[in-house]
Amino acid sequence: MTAVSMTVNGKAVTADVDSRTLLVQFLRENLRLTGTHVGCDTSQCGACVVHVDGKARKSCTMFAWQAEGANVTTIEGVANGATLHPMQEAFREHHGLQCGYCTPGMIMAAIDMVHRLGHELDDKTIRQELDGNLCRCTGYHNIVKAIAAGARAMK
Amino acid sequence: MYAFTFHRPTTVRQAVNLLAKHEDAKLLAGGHSLIPVMKLRLANPPVIVDLSKVEGISGVELKGRSIVIGAMTRHVEVANSQVAKDNLPALAEVPGSIGDPHVREAGTIGGSVANNDPNADYPAACLGLGATIVTSKRKIPADEFFTGMFSTALEPDEIITKISFPIAKKAAYQKFKHPASGFALVGVFVSKRGSDIRVAVTGAGSNGVFRVKEFEEALKKRFAPKSLEGLSVKADGLNSDIHAGADYRAHLIGVLARRAVADAVKR
Repeated sequence: MTAVSMTVNGKAVTADVDSRTLLVQFLRENLRLTGTHVGCDTSQCGACVVHVDGKARKSCTMFAWQAEGANVTTIEGVANGATLHPMQEAFREHHGLQCGYCTPGMIMAAIDMVHRLGHELDDKTIRQELDGNLCRCTGYHNIVKAIAAGARAMK
Repeated sequence: MYAFTFHRPTTVRQAVNLLAKHEDAKLLAGGHSLIPVMKLRLANPPVIVDLSKVEGISGVELKGRSIVIGAMTRHVEVANSQVAKDNLPALAEVPGSIGDPHVREAGTIGGSVANNDPNADYPAACLGLGATIVTSKRKIPADEFFTGMFSTALEPDEIITKISFPIAKKAAYQKFKHPASGFALVGVFVSKRGSDIRVAVTGAGSNGVFRVKEFEEALKKRFAPKSLEGLSVKADGLNSDIHAGADYRAHLIGVLARRAVADAVKR
């Protein structure tokens, strides 16, 4: 077993885990933060995207111990109490989801996109930057609208 | 995935010693090739040596007439490197086509080159620019480094520390992306540095990345897309799979080489 310590959504956490434990398993099974999803488990779909030290990462493709000492933010950590994060609110407003399975990863990827590229995102940029996030319901149209609106709302 | 133990060395020497001590150890860089194959139990290393804490093997620098990139430099860092964009834009453009933004945040140039996936982009850039792969024990020219599909000249206890790319005035990479995976169905990197002309192909060869001497000879007469007209690569020895047949890949090599030369002469 390996002792891991990190900060998740502002809270210090420590646990003994098997070295094989993926970050996403640690979040879901040890911390019971089940908002982060496992879709494909092959680094393709992006349902597992979280922020590690402020950067979007696929948490199914890193071991929990690789996040030792890191600052991890999951979908549970973006809202301000009962007030949704502007990107969450934009997804609600623009119907950027149907079944919702991909949504946590989409929102974490979208917030990262704003951090990297700013608040004015055109459709082409958004679609290109969503390369690592798959949605099987929406056809992406409303996700793209939601991200453009959410990016402006994050100003 | 099978159980393993892991080490997190902080120097190249420590990492090399760990490899020497544990015969079946695997190096972990960005993890986006190794972790998926461990999940599939295609790789079952009992020991993992994680390079993320090793100091001094990350970053992009201009050294003389070369761009030198540390092995643990992530794709996003190369893509955003001003020094790479200013001096060797064809190289800076390569990582932007790898995977997706989250993958580029993790994946490293050293990992890509050491893995030598037959569809990877960086091996084409190394061979196409005549790079030198600097390791913990020696300097290996790219022409001698890539020895076949997923195999390289690296010895079991040898670690890539950096890769030095000579600056070519004219260079470009053209990639025909598989629409789902983003891997190169075929990718062609061309460069001209004085009389050294290179055409390197990834994605197509059954032994991984290779040079097309016939194209290079034709481009020596005149470095222009026209010089390649009527020339083609034989389909023998090229990959055929569910994504594309060998004939189609052979055709793409010609098309992409001409496009790459057209891009390169515009620089």
